[in-house]
Amino acid sequence: MNCRDAVDLVHGYIDGELDLVKCLEIEQHLGACPACKVQFDQVRELGSGIRSHAVYHAAPPALRARVAAALPRESGSDARAWGWRGTAAALALATLLGLGFGLALLQPGTEDRLAREVVAGHVRSLMADHLMDIASSDQHTVKPWIAGKLDFSPPVMDLAAQGYPLAGGRLDYLDGRSVMALVYRRHGHVINLFVWTQAPEADSGVRSDSRQGYNVAHFTQAGMAFWAVSDLNPEEFKAFVGLVRDQVASAR
Amino acid sequence: MPHLDAAYNLARWLTRNEHDAQDVVQDAYLRAFRFFEGFRGGEGRAWLLTIVRHTCYSWLEKNRPAEVSAGFDDEAPAGAGAGFDPDMMAAEGGNPEAIALQNAHRRILNQAIAALPLGFREVLILRELEDLSYKEIARVVDVPVGTVMSRLARARKLLRQSAPLRAMSGLPAAEVKQ
Repeated sequence: MNCRDAVDLVHGYIDGELDLVKCLEIEQHLGACPACKVQFDQVRELGSGIRSHAVYHAAPPALRARVAAALPRESGSDARAWGWRGTAAALALATLLGLGFGLALLQPGTEDRLAREVVAGHVRSLMADHLMDIASSDQHTVKPWIAGKLDFSPPVMDLAAQGYPLAGGRLDYLDGRSVMALVYRRHGHVINLFVWTQAPEADSGVRSDSRQGYNVAHFTQAGMAFWAVSDLNPEEFKAFVGLVRDQVASAR
Repeated sequence: MPHLDAAYNLARWLTRNEHDAQDVVQDAYLRAFRFFEGFRGGEGRAWLLTIVRHTCYSWLEKNRPAEVSAGFDDEAPAGAGAGFDPDMMAAEGGNPEAIALQNAHRRILNQAIAALPLGFREVLILRELEDLSYKEIARVVDVPVGTVMSRLARARKLLRQSAPLRAMSGLPAAEVKQ
């Protein structure tokens, strides 16, 4: 890599947008080129300066009221408007149900708690625009990236041939520990597959459940816990979980 | 009201005026409702920001056409940006805390961002303040991902070269060694 290429790529590197190969190339270049290293440091400082000092203009309360007042008049009883309001209502309902659920059980079993955390993790990944730390359909890119950040080496399955392309991975936090989340896609639906190590115990069969409109399934194999969650239809979701389980089993 | 802060923040930075930003946001939300079919769960913010940006551009083309193309050229060498934002200065000056010395840096940085040409300003705001990925920015601004990266590079370069920022000694970002 020369300085001309590095000028723009430094920005992609700082923004965490480069693939592994380009990352390594730019790191190598920055190590060898003091001029580009100075540029890199300045760009990075500028970025943190902007993030901490630039004004984030939050919407004034008056605007919130104004938009809210304008919308129903515009849309009337249009069913489409329900989609949006329905989402808010569903979230509120889910929260209420979640609260009621927790109160009723007081000490929910580990499985219940995990299922709720997994669904929450899935929803959070979609809402917070933080679906992926590394976007790649290549298991050989995702695996080393993940492995460098966890204390175990999780399996990364390539299921593109079966119609479930890998979209990327990210680190997540569940059950008080760092876990891997692999992201797969199926016809525009997102599947989060959470994987973490467990105390060695007998492999378990697949247990499925449905919560807040999401399908959840989990199983234990090879000393690892696998939890999948998606809004995909139950048939295809079940097929996906079966594929994962077969691949993990055959990799042993 | 989903993503209203993000919508207002973008509109406020693009129009550089709070009243215009409010008009634009209201219009954008009405459009968003009308085209609700386009809504995809999980991508809601980027989708809405696409509409806000589009509404901003329509508004600017109608009311301040000179700003839409001013100082913006993907190919041209980096030059001086458009003027400073008096509205921003007024808004900041009205706050007693803004008198504190520390906030002088902050004000100058904000003015420098507001002075960036529109096409560079928008990618910078989407990246640094909205934390959108290049892919999402590419969708909002409707350019290839590679262009997002080169525009961000140009936007940051323009900022680092901006005279008031260079004059400030306290802000590390002001140092331009060239």
